[in-house]
Amino acid sequence: MNDPLLEIRNLQIDGESDEIWHEIIKGIDLHLDRGEVLGLIGESGAGKSTLGLAAMNFCRPGCRIREGSIRFDDQELTEQSELTLRKLRGVRIAYVAQSAAASFNPAHQLIDQFSEIPVVHGVKSRREAEKDAKDLYGRVLLPDPDGIGYRYPHQVSGGQLQRAMTAMALSCRPDLIIFDEPTTALDVTTQIEVLTTIRDIVREFNTAAIYISHDLAVVAQMADRIMVLRYGELVEEATTREMMSSPKMEYTKSLWAVRSFKKEAETVASAMSPVVKVDNVTAGYGSEDILKEVSFEIHRGQTVAIVGESGSGKSTAARVITGLLPPRLGDIQLNGKILPKSFKARNKEQLRHVQMIYQMADTALNPRQRIRNIIGRPLSFYLGLTGKQKEARIRELLSLIELEPDLYIDRFPDELSGGQKQRVSIARALAAEPEFIICDEVTSALDQLVAEGILRLLDRLQREFNLAYMFITHDLATVKAIADNVVVMLQGKIVEQGSKTEIFSPPHHDYTELLLSSVPEMDPDWLNELIAHREKHGVMSSTSIS
Amino acid sequence: MSSNDISPPKAQVNRPRRTRLQNAFREILKAPITAKFGMLVILTYGFVAIFAPFLTPYSETEIVGPEFDVWGNEFILGTDGLGRDMLTRLLFGARNTVGIAFITTLLAFVIGGIMGLLSAIYTGWFDQVASRVVDVLMAIPQLIFALMLLTIFGTSIPILIIVIATLDATRIFRVTRAVSLNVVVLDYFEAARLRGERIFWLCIREILPNITAPLLAEFGLRFCFVFLMIAALSFLGLGIQPPTADWGSMVRENAVLITYGDITPILPAIAIAILTLGVNFLVDWFLHKSSGLKDGH
Repeated sequence: MNDPLLEIRNLQIDGESDEIWHEIIKGIDLHLDRGEVLGLIGESGAGKSTLGLAAMNFCRPGCRIREGSIRFDDQELTEQSELTLRKLRGVRIAYVAQSAAASFNPAHQLIDQFSEIPVVHGVKSRREAEKDAKDLYGRVLLPDPDGIGYRYPHQVSGGQLQRAMTAMALSCRPDLIIFDEPTTALDVTTQIEVLTTIRDIVREFNTAAIYISHDLAVVAQMADRIMVLRYGELVEEATTREMMSSPKMEYTKSLWAVRSFKKEAETVASAMSPVVKVDNVTAGYGSEDILKEVSFEIHRGQTVAIVGESGSGKSTAARVITGLLPPRLGDIQLNGKILPKSFKARNKEQLRHVQMIYQMADTALNPRQRIRNIIGRPLSFYLGLTGKQKEARIRELLSLIELEPDLYIDRFPDELSGGQKQRVSIARALAAEPEFIICDEVTSALDQLVAEGILRLLDRLQREFNLAYMFITHDLATVKAIADNVVVMLQGKIVEQGSKTEIFSPPHHDYTELLLSSVPEMDPDWLNELIAHREKHGVMSSTSIS
Repeated sequence: MSSNDISPPKAQVNRPRRTRLQNAFREILKAPITAKFGMLVILTYGFVAIFAPFLTPYSETEIVGPEFDVWGNEFILGTDGLGRDMLTRLLFGARNTVGIAFITTLLAFVIGGIMGLLSAIYTGWFDQVASRVVDVLMAIPQLIFALMLLTIFGTSIPILIIVIATLDATRIFRVTRAVSLNVVVLDYFEAARLRGERIFWLCIREILPNITAPLLAEFGLRFCFVFLMIAALSFLGLGIQPPTADWGSMVRENAVLITYGDITPILPAIAIAILTLGVNFLVDWFLHKSSGLKDGH
């Protein structure tokens, strides 16, 4: 029992891009005891996932293990044949992917996919596997454990799918499970449920686990020990408590400090009429209403955060304001004048003043246009700039978003990082010289450090140009950082709205309370205390409130 | 960027940028042997089609010798049933058949492409009407439909081009509409629409650059089909009319020779086969590249 379950020594992995091999993992040592949970933390590109997959001696296409040894239970994995490895994977080492929705085969029932591995590897018969599946579905707290396995992946929610995937990983009672960002794609309230399930189940079966995440607060709940990675190198390693209380390296401290960004002062709504007024709007697709009698105002220089889980109607509100989804009832006013319901009927001036920044900068920028054209188009389209004037303005905007004009002006979006793309999106919105910008989850696809940079930029621009923002997000840390006013939405209705201080100080509405308490904190005992508290008071999910 | 105290890895540091031409050249060098063969074939055919009058000793319709002369010194590939030089007609055939097929495919792409783009953008009644009309046209077997239309309207070359282009545009409409629909749902397209861009800009700047790869591949395939169709129609006597040299009708005119074990009538057919093969090889490679499937991925 004293031998480590997994021992990786001096692992070096290369990745290929454009026929040039460069190091992704630069000589990392890792050991893991039986029943231990190890947290891997780092930004995207730090090599977390690559290292996690390497624990099975698996490399993504375009990668290769150059050097190092991977010992799992006294077997040297790098010397094993593909056949031996295949018998090991899924049976003794399992993997839970980030997006359960993308990892399940949509054409098969959950239980078929559960049974496949044990049956193929000859661990269990089909009948035993199905029985086991129902047992495990119960243990991961899925509703209707006997029946849920016969559903297809699209018939269950994201959080349930992630739990079904955890159950599936346990099907052969593996010694090691690798969790690769299992809750990143989930709402905070769902995240809690999945986290609790994973932690309990790992303890119950005494399974060792590698938990990969970029969210420190989440890892703190799950792991016994934490390794911080950056650019494929180990920055720091310590037990969770030690790491939380006294991080040693500068980089680790900066990760801890990410959530420290706060807007300087709240902007109080001016007495003047609001820039945008959403007046009693009801809207939806077909006969179903997604938004129900929603009203709020946004003033100049002010940020209003719209908060809620997925499906609460946040993005629909944005679509109504932009005119993509004409409301069934109610009006949108811009500077006191009613806007035409559909964007097709709005004039250039009205369109110019409502700009939008999207969540996925990858799809928000046309991959076949250079940055020059992406930013330049609104300039010539709305403001009629041409030639030298336009060129100068593009350069000015690039400097404004802190990108060196000479370096970036002729690039394609593919040649930028995620954060840089988001900056270009911001520049495109700014180019129109709008009064109002809708930011739809602009930071949720980004690493925390990068996201903070974007928030700082948005804040600076707001002060410089007196912009009004509508900030759609499910991340309350972001709300705390940037909002002046907060609108909390649940199932298409506004649950509560008011200034940030009002919303964030008690007494809360039940749902706001649930949202607030679900945000992971940088305290290893937070999850335990929360669960204990909630069990006592009987609040568990958002559905129980509505 | 924000306060990054550790420098990023070297691979992300700017490398000197390659021009598009250099990139294209590198890609061609890396192409598999089949694709290179395809390129060679197409270039050769193109060359022959353009320079046919200079490469041939006689004119296309000139009777220069006895009927059905054998392969030999005076006429390398012999003569046909009227005593016209076979080689000359074969080379001119490249010009006629390939040229007409190319123009037809181009026209089909203009019609089908525009309709497909508009259908993807105007998803309402316009799309419904266009799609149903296309369904009806596609429900009738293409060759029989073409024969019927050509019988009605006559068999001049402009009519031939218009008829085949219209029929083939239905396929291109489907492809263009499908790939455009993938672009129309993306955020940058939405952003452009919200900006208030006109339909022309949306098509030319936002959609078209992002669907060129599948459309080019489709162009290659369609070209083959059009080409085969023209050859087939000519063989049946409703395509390119004599005395214009054309591979389809040349097979028919000389078909009697097969009875005597002479392979001359097969030559135009071989010319058709090699071009089809070459184009397909090239298109395969192109599809492979545009689908993002690289080796090992």
